[in-house]
Amino acid sequence: MNQEQDQRATDRPITVAVVAMGGQGGGVLTDWIASVGEANGFVTQVTSVPGVAQRTGATVYYLEMIHRRASGRAPVLALMPVPGDVDLVVASELMEAGRAILRGIVTPERTTLIVSSQRAYAVAEKEQPGDGTADSATVHDAAAVVAKRCIVADFAAIADANGSVISASLLGAVAASGVLPFARDAFEQAVRSGGVGVNASLKAFAAGFDEAERGTATKTTPDGKSLPHVPERVGIPALDVLLQRVREHYPPRAQRMIYAGLRHVVDFQDAAYGLEFLDRLAPIVASDLANNGTTRGLTLTNEVARQLARAMAYDDVIRVADLKTRSARGARVMREVGVDQSLQVLQTTEYFHPRMEEVCATLPARLGAAIERRPRLFKMLARMIAGGRRVRTDTIWGYVQLYAIASRKQKRRDTLRHGREMVHIDAWLTRVLATVPANYDLAVELAKSRRLIKGYSDTMSRGLSKYDRVLAGAELVAARADAADWVRRLRQAALLDESGIALGGALKTIATLNTAPVATEHAGAS
Amino acid sequence: MAERSFAREVQDLKLGAGDVFRGEGILAITKALLENGVGYVSGYQGAPISHLMDVLADAEDILGEYGIRFESSASEATAAATLAASVMYPIRGAAVFKSPVGTNVASDALANLASGGVTGGALIIMGEDYGEGSSIMQERSHAFAMKSQIWLLDPRPNLPSLVKAVGDGFALSEASNTPVMLEVRIRACHVTGRFNTRDNKRPAMTVKDALENPRRDTNRIVLPPASYLHEREKVERRWPAAVDYITKHKLNELFSDRPSGIGIVLQGGMYNSVVRALDLLGLADIEGNSRVPLYVLNVTYPLIDEEVAAFARGKSALLVVEEGQPAYIEPAIHAILRKRDINTKVFGKDPLPLAGEYTTAVLLQGIRTFVSDHDRSLIRNDSRLPDMKPVMEHPTVKALATTVPPRPPGFCTGCPERPIFAALKLVERELGTHHVAADIGCHLFSINPPFNIGATTMGYGLGPASASAFNATASKRSISIMGDGGFWHNGLTSSVGNAVYNKNDSLIVVVDNHYSAATGGQDLLSSRVGNKSRATQHTIAKAVQGVGVDWVRQIDDTYDVAKLRDTIREALTSTEKGPKVIVASSECMLNKQRRERPLQQKAINGGKRVVKARFGVDEDICTGDHACIRLSGCPSLSVKHTDDPLKEDPVASIDNTCVGCGNCGEVAEAAALCPSFYRADVVHNPNSIDRLLARLRIAVIGWLAARRERRRIAFPA
Repeated sequence: MNQEQDQRATDRPITVAVVAMGGQGGGVLTDWIASVGEANGFVTQVTSVPGVAQRTGATVYYLEMIHRRASGRAPVLALMPVPGDVDLVVASELMEAGRAILRGIVTPERTTLIVSSQRAYAVAEKEQPGDGTADSATVHDAAAVVAKRCIVADFAAIADANGSVISASLLGAVAASGVLPFARDAFEQAVRSGGVGVNASLKAFAAGFDEAERGTATKTTPDGKSLPHVPERVGIPALDVLLQRVREHYPPRAQRMIYAGLRHVVDFQDAAYGLEFLDRLAPIVASDLANNGTTRGLTLTNEVARQLARAMAYDDVIRVADLKTRSARGARVMREVGVDQSLQVLQTTEYFHPRMEEVCATLPARLGAAIERRPRLFKMLARMIAGGRRVRTDTIWGYVQLYAIASRKQKRRDTLRHGREMVHIDAWLTRVLATVPANYDLAVELAKSRRLIKGYSDTMSRGLSKYDRVLAGAELVAARADAADWVRRLRQAALLDESGIALGGALKTIATLNTAPVATEHAGAS
Repeated sequence: MAERSFAREVQDLKLGAGDVFRGEGILAITKALLENGVGYVSGYQGAPISHLMDVLADAEDILGEYGIRFESSASEATAAATLAASVMYPIRGAAVFKSPVGTNVASDALANLASGGVTGGALIIMGEDYGEGSSIMQERSHAFAMKSQIWLLDPRPNLPSLVKAVGDGFALSEASNTPVMLEVRIRACHVTGRFNTRDNKRPAMTVKDALENPRRDTNRIVLPPASYLHEREKVERRWPAAVDYITKHKLNELFSDRPSGIGIVLQGGMYNSVVRALDLLGLADIEGNSRVPLYVLNVTYPLIDEEVAAFARGKSALLVVEEGQPAYIEPAIHAILRKRDINTKVFGKDPLPLAGEYTTAVLLQGIRTFVSDHDRSLIRNDSRLPDMKPVMEHPTVKALATTVPPRPPGFCTGCPERPIFAALKLVERELGTHHVAADIGCHLFSINPPFNIGATTMGYGLGPASASAFNATASKRSISIMGDGGFWHNGLTSSVGNAVYNKNDSLIVVVDNHYSAATGGQDLLSSRVGNKSRATQHTIAKAVQGVGVDWVRQIDDTYDVAKLRDTIREALTSTEKGPKVIVASSECMLNKQRRERPLQQKAINGGKRVVKARFGVDEDICTGDHACIRLSGCPSLSVKHTDDPLKEDPVASIDNTCVGCGNCGEVAEAAALCPSFYRADVVHNPNSIDRLLARLRIAVIGWLAARRERRRIAFPA
């Protein structure tokens, strides 16, 4: 035990706060730390306010420990952390570390901050129709500034890899941090006397200890997205022709995105569809180059390539059946679910709920349209197909059903849906193209707005309606120099909530713009 | 069965003289009841006192051994009324509940009890649910004590003090023929510590003895003329007796090393925080030696006028530390001093804040101001605390304020209530939004995202009652929600009976998860499992039919979202008048998992065929709209970023905490969401038929897949 710690523990307690989500084992961790103290001549006290927070909410466990008094008198220990007076803060999740910093219990003078860097997204983050996830870098940045010392690692993954729970790997980090004046084996002893899942806990403890000792530097989460390199050739003539065309006729700075798109649409349909993709893209590339796009990193081409590929590979039942009947998919499910085929048998059930709209759309265009024109027939058929369909794709019959639907791929170009998608895509591209000469940035934003259309059934109808509203809004501001900013705001607003309330608000703001004089400074739309 | 077993804690109740108890405050109080010869305990569960109830419920054998009766009361009113056993008989009794909500419910019985007075010690243990971690309105129980003249204990928050308060409470109650409230704050209930135990004591008189030797005295019954007599008795006899007892036994404590011009009067429960604040100001040490004298009110009602006056005399200023509002002690101290013409200045809610929890940080501020205003010489400059301002105003920390998402409590993984609100949300999409009256219980989490359902909450079992006014001929009906806990607590009469009688044309959804789930999974009348000491399996549907509801639908699988949706729609559109009750039943997943998981694991380890289900998402099919999450909010259904450069939005993802409840699939079907969900059933220890079938299937499917993949033209992934 080092001298300084010993001294400090005599006149003031060592203070520890564990910030966690209910059900994460913060209580177990705190109890372990307390029992280490108790077993080593310290008086310890733990308090918590679990209450309703134990149902997945954020909560704090607080612990104080101090040497048993020579006087024999009981020390008066506090029941809650005081900002500026906490030696060790352990956060079992990244944003909870951020919350602890906001509470003011992390201070450069005193606090060692142990953070498990994995994210458990809050409902507010994950319910957004777009990407609502909070920026992890903000927490990493703040932690680096406000803590005396920071130990950051994915202790959840460490625990998982060792067949245990996060409280065990975090206890390892607590032991390694040296904030508590106890040797490693004192902590291990506490785990042993706990008596539940001792071996796995000790393994996770050791792994957490090692990771913390290594003094892991602050980790920032990389974006994770990287564009594929364009291969020279793949040995399939029909594809090599496409590759050659990309290399020879498309600007190098956009080739990787174009290739990513090309790969996607070919996977969706066939090589000829890949050619269609490149053909559709060609005028955009020309326009991009003609309008000084190179100085802007060919943003337009890159963005259109991305959106066009997603648009051409629209989500239909053929696609779904195709993806669900691939051998790679079976292997992925095995991996995700953790099935060992030598020991276990996996059964998979798929949930389908075809609506008449989708069925019609997958029919040959004329037949589909004919049914749509007959509301009574449409309704009658709708009643017949209504209801969920559960398909067991591990059985031969279930698999064959989807396999047969996937085989409709050859006829996809004849479907009602395909025709409509192509008309929509062409209208979108025409609008983008027409905008480029006047306002390059606006054209990029219009291209990006295609992102709003995604999903199936109701979700797609909602997306379409949002897309239409954003484009209508774009029309209103088209003449303004800052039109691109407005469209970006509209799109961001559209992705904030399901029913488009934020978008409605943003559109109202836009409606007032044309009556008001053009301002240089403008309020945020959402 | 409760959420967890308390078998280990029950062992602690058996400790005797010479042993040391280690554990939580509320369990120390439980043990103290036995050491003080309690004859019966009644109560209603709820944070922060649930553990007292849970442990006693598991301690049948010990209680039986001592002839102690333990009642899991139907409500706090029942629990308080149970104390009537101490009116005529010298039996010590305790009633336990969370407060002030429980005290609100109990107040009728408490007022009657306090009027007639008691013979045996009657202790009301109140878990004061105030401040951080609280789930109720922020009020004080103090007012109840004053209005009914019940003595109020507020002991220092350490185990020996809490234990002593139990004994003091019984003795004070008996000495003054008055019930006594023991107020214990959230952190005090959960604080850990140790105390030296004593042997448990057999009650001087058991309830059995009393039953066999009944007594009565009309003077103890609240009816004129006795009720007038009671009021007089309260002030003429019981109050002086209490003051006498409190003074003589020094229930309040004085901590004063040296004379000082200032002093602090504090509620006992505030003691540790006050000492720490003084410590941080350099005015006290870790052992509680304070340079500012402290008068600690372990009894906050009644005040002992002479003690207060003696403490104030010779001091220029007092600070009263009294948490919550309004202040009762501070004005009372003013009055005491003015009557005696003692001119000590009294401060309290200024410099301390009028409202909100008195955390150590808050007290530190207030005490610093008080001391530097009235005895500057005491304040040193070398504060032990660093200045937090530079940290809190650092740009990276400020950026956090808009980054860190709120994380309110929500439905657990696999919760059976989730699909009920998913169905309700789907119906609202068809029929428009409705006025939805919420209640108390886990189901109140529906008010948060992603469901955003529920307009008001008026009390336990009062959901449908709070929709009473909305009984008009209109194009929409009101919807009210009530849990099984609320239903049996008060809902059957105050809500359902009321709706029947007043012909309320509305929908009542009773969320029946087989337990009082929010408070820890205690059994109820309608619990499905057998309970050897209580009567369970009384159905809610029969009860509502019994009070006259004609339109009742029992749904025994809440995960059937389509059926729920259709039933709710039917209730809202049916031409039938009067209350329509849907009882939506499925077992609380926490309890179910606690019960089934170990059995399942044992079966797997034992080589038995077991099928375990969980859900998954095909990430290449998911488009990242998250419509599924907006109908779920399940912790195991989250999002993840993919490495697909074309996909900008994160896709839905299910982690391995999924319990396979089925909600994802049902919602995907009922709401016609995307087909990316799949259910994976893993057959552990498959039998020979399973293996044979699997081999055959894998061979055929593999051949088909390979056949197509050979023909597919695609770039390498």
